[in-house]
Amino acid sequence: MAVVSGGTTLIDNGALDAGVPTGSLTLLSTQTASASATIDFTSGIDSTYDSYVFKFYNIHPSANTAAIQFQGSTDGGSSYGVTMTSTIFTVLHTEDGAETGFTYQAGDDIAQGTGFMKLHRHCGIDNDMSQNGELTIYNPSSTTFVKHFMSRFSGSWHAPGEMENFTAGYFNTTSAVNAIQFKFSSGNIDDGIIKMYGVA
Amino acid sequence: MPFISNGTTILDNGAFNVSLGNQVLISEQTASASASVSFTSGIDSTYPIYKFEFINIHPQTDDVRFRFQGSTDGGSNYNVAITSTTFRAYHDEGDTATALEYRTPDDQANGTSYQMLVNPLGNDNDQSGNGEIFIFSPSSTTFVKHFISRAVSSFYLDYVLDDFVAGYFNTTSALNAFSFNMESGNIDSGTIKLYGIKDS
Repeated sequence: MAVVSGGTTLIDNGALDAGVPTGSLTLLSTQTASASATIDFTSGIDSTYDSYVFKFYNIHPSANTAAIQFQGSTDGGSSYGVTMTSTIFTVLHTEDGAETGFTYQAGDDIAQGTGFMKLHRHCGIDNDMSQNGELTIYNPSSTTFVKHFMSRFSGSWHAPGEMENFTAGYFNTTSAVNAIQFKFSSGNIDDGIIKMYGVA
Repeated sequence: MPFISNGTTILDNGAFNVSLGNQVLISEQTASASASVSFTSGIDSTYPIYKFEFINIHPQTDDVRFRFQGSTDGGSNYNVAITSTTFRAYHDEGDTATALEYRTPDDQANGTSYQMLVNPLGNDNDQSGNGEIFIFSPSSTTFVKHFISRAVSSFYLDYVLDDFVAGYFNTTSALNAFSFNMESGNIDSGTIKLYGIKDS
C-alpha cells in the first residue's frame, strides 16, 4: 500500500519513496571503548559510499599525554601498516592563559611511513578530560587514486588546556583500504564512542 | 494515526517519525574532461547552508589549482567580488619540506576571479583533490555570503596539502549558481555533490 499526500508518494512498498528528501549521512556502526587496546572497523568500508566519516565522542585515555591515532588496512584488518604521508598542526591555549600556540608539529607527521598517524596529541587523563572530533576518508575503495583523509579534533590538553588538532594526508596505495584501526600511542582507550558513517 | 511498516513507526501525529537527516543531497555531477562543472539550480532559500563536497578531482594538466566562483544571474556570469583568506599545511613524501603558512597569492581582496580551493594538483594517475565547502545563506538579500572550505590533496611535487579557505561574496544579491574549474586545462575526472543542510 502506498501513502500519497497531495499527489506525492511518500511511502511505497514498505519504504520511503525516492522522492522524499532524506539525509545523506548513514550510520554504519558504533563502537564503545571500555579499556580497549584498539577499536577496529573491519566491515562496511567499501564502494557503497564516496566518503566515510568517523566521529569521536569523549575519547578518554588510560595513559596521560597519550595520542589517539589511526592506521588503515588493505587486507580486512589482518595488518595495519599502509604507507602514508601526512601533515599535522595544532592550536593551543592553556587554562591559566600562560601558553598559546599555532604550530606545525614536524615530529608527529609521517613521510611515507607505516606507523599510526596521530589525530590528537597529548591527551589529558583527568576524569573530566576527553577528545572529540571527526575524520573523513575519501573513496577508500578506489583502485586508481591514493586515499586522502582529513581530521579535526578538539580536546583537553594535559596541562590543562584546549588543544585543536588538524591532520591531513593520504594512504599512498592504489589498493582498496577496507579496515581502520584506532588506538592510543600508549595504554588503552579507557572509554569513548566512535561512530562510522557513509556519506551518499 | 501512526503508520507502521514492518514493525517500525514511520509516520505519527502528522509527521515523519523516522530520522530524515539534516544533510540532503540535492544534485551530483561527474566531471569527464570538463572545462567546468556548474550548479545552476537547487540553490535558493530552501536551506540556510549549502555544502559542496568534491571527491577525487583529477586535473588534465599538471600543477594547476582547483577553483570556484558564484553567480547572481543563474550562471550567465561567474564574477562576484570576493574577499578571502587562505592558509595551508604541507609535507612532502621525502620528509624534506613542511610548512604552516598564510598564502597571499591565493587570497582575494574584492577580486572577481575564481577563488582557489586546492593548491597545485598533480596529474599523476593516482593524484587527486578532495574536500568540502560550506556556503551560508546564499539567497540572503541582506548580508554578504560567507563561505569556508577545507581540502586535502596531492600536490604536484608529491606533497600532501591541507588547504583552508574562507571568505565572502561581497554582494547583497542572491547567489544562485556556482562554477568549478581548473586554472588551466580540464577537470579530467571527479565528482562534485551539492547538499542542503537543514537548520533543524
